[in-house]
Amino acid sequence: MPKIKFIEHNGIEHIIDAINGDSIMQSAINNLVPGIDADCGGECSCATCHVIVDSIWIDKVGIPSNTEDSMLALNPDREPNSRLSCQIEISDKLDGVVVNLPEFQY
Amino acid sequence: MKGMVIVGGGHAAAQNAASLRQQGYTGHITLFSEEHYIPYQRPPLSKEYLADQQSLDRLYLRPERFYEERDIDLRLGVRVSEINTKTNNILTTTGDVLAYEKLLIATGSRARLLRVPGDQLSGIHYLRQLDDVNNIKKELRDSSKICIVGGGYVGLEVASVLISAGHQVTIIESESRILKRVTTPKMSSLFHTLHTAKGAKIYTEAVVQGFLGSKRVEYLNCGDLTIPTDMVIIGIGIIPNIEVAKKAGITCDNGIIVDDRCQTSDPNIFAAGDNTNHPNTILNRRLRLESVPNAMEQARVAAANMLGQDKKYASLPWFWSNQYDLKLQMMGFSADGDSQAIRGDIETKKFVVFYLNEDKLVAVDAINSPAEFMIGKKLYGKAVNHTDLSNTNFDLGSLLK
Ligand SMILES: Cc1cc2nc3c(=O)[nH]c(=O)nc-3n(C[C@H](O)[C@H](O)[C@H](O)COP(=O)(O)OP(=O)(O)OC[C@H]3O[C@@H](n4cnc5c(N)ncnc54)[C@H](O)[C@@H]3O)c2cc1C
Ligand code: FES
Repeated sequence: MPKIKFIEHNGIEHIIDAINGDSIMQSAINNLVPGIDADCGGECSCATCHVIVDSIWIDKVGIPSNTEDSMLALNPDREPNSRLSCQIEISDKLDGVVVNLPEFQY
Repeated sequence: MKGMVIVGGGHAAAQNAASLRQQGYTGHITLFSEEHYIPYQRPPLSKEYLADQQSLDRLYLRPERFYEERDIDLRLGVRVSEINTKTNNILTTTGDVLAYEKLLIATGSRARLLRVPGDQLSGIHYLRQLDDVNNIKKELRDSSKICIVGGGYVGLEVASVLISAGHQVTIIESESRILKRVTTPKMSSLFHTLHTAKGAKIYTEAVVQGFLGSKRVEYLNCGDLTIPTDMVIIGIGIIPNIEVAKKAGITCDNGIIVDDRCQTSDPNIFAAGDNTNHPNTILNRRLRLESVPNAMEQARVAAANMLGQDKKYASLPWFWSNQYDLKLQMMGFSADGDSQAIRGDIETKKFVVFYLNEDKLVAVDAINSPAEFMIGKKLYGKAVNHTDLSNTNFDLGSLLK
């Protein structure tokens, strides 16, 4: 099982065992990691599953699609490595991935 | 050993249980759902799940082990029949009595039934619960001609899935246009054209009089019009499930009346989701909404207040729908507007309609335009200029600065 490390805005870390094929958003929800609302359930409609991928991991995680990019575009907390976590599928190559959670979801 | 009791097993119920734990509550949490499944997402029922693009596992809001690990006691297939507000107990149809410290009523809503002659024939379905969709899916292979009664979002989503899968679809709408209850004539006409171009036949101002057939439905009758059909799917709206609350003496009026803390007329009882009639301080009026974001946010607000905090609900109503290659996102109520600004080209299926009231933005319908939708949500209530909104060379983002 690949491991994911979530780091809350206040520095609290959550290391969870994820399941291949799940999204990072779903893994956070399934493990009660705070800071991800995921109002639309992964439809890429709400942008309340924003995470900032650790820069070491961004190449493996990849860049957002056009739709995702335009949804992130306005987020005041957006950073170069921002992603919507419902759009990142977990696989073995992401074992150990580190993602940071913003203070608020918009 | 009192604890938190949740009546219902949908989006609001599951989120409330999760939020209670997230906020550190360690007492008992018991969730009663009359459905036999762990809480699942309803929107995909008329979208990906119906189209066989989503497995049952992925429909669940959270996996079963989540509830085990967090010690959330799921009582599935059990209906709560009574709430005793004097003794703070609930009674189930299986005869169990359970005391509560605080209670959440998250009973959601149910499909409005179409009562006409022949409505008991087989092959006539509603689409609200997972079992409904599983039954529909079982019969799809042997059904080429399908009638959808009701041209609302659910009906149109079902139509788009079934047409894409090669079925012959007829949509029967009693109003003068599809989506009449929820959108403007312009948007209705766009969706009408879209579905017709894909091959759907749409009858408006057609009122179903009855169904004909020996055991299984064979014809749908609308007065002058008789349509041969192998299956019927009815989506003519919902009714909030307020009966348990009402019987317990909790104030109800077009939903369970709650305040902006999701508290009902009984201080120990909260309500969240489709079943609430709640105040919206941003829109300055009471609302009863049928949307997941509302159910989730009310559930979070209710959880905080059940734990003695003072959290207030203040969210804009919004909703989404997927049909064919169209992703529609809506915010606010277009009927609040007295003028519109259209940005983008309707022909290219990528455009936004902004609705203004005296120059203040009050609603947005965005088609394949998620960025503009997000901006629209942030501009709610702000004064905006028609010309800026409809000028695609104008950077909308600059309005946020
Ligand atoms: C086909 C379909 C597509 C939809 N698409 C979208 C969409 O794209 N976007 C969107 O935002 N919204 C959509 N909606 C609306 C959305 O699903 C609802 O707003 C949402 O499910 C409301 O959640 P809830 O928890 O209030 O109620 P529900 O999801 O209705 O859950 C209530 C649950 O409580 C159970 N229950 C009721 N009474 C009792 C009792 N006395 N004892 C025990 N259990 C009880 C019910 O059986 C049910 O399982 C859609 C709805 C449908 C049906
Ligand atoms: S969960 Fe809604 S966009 Fe990711």
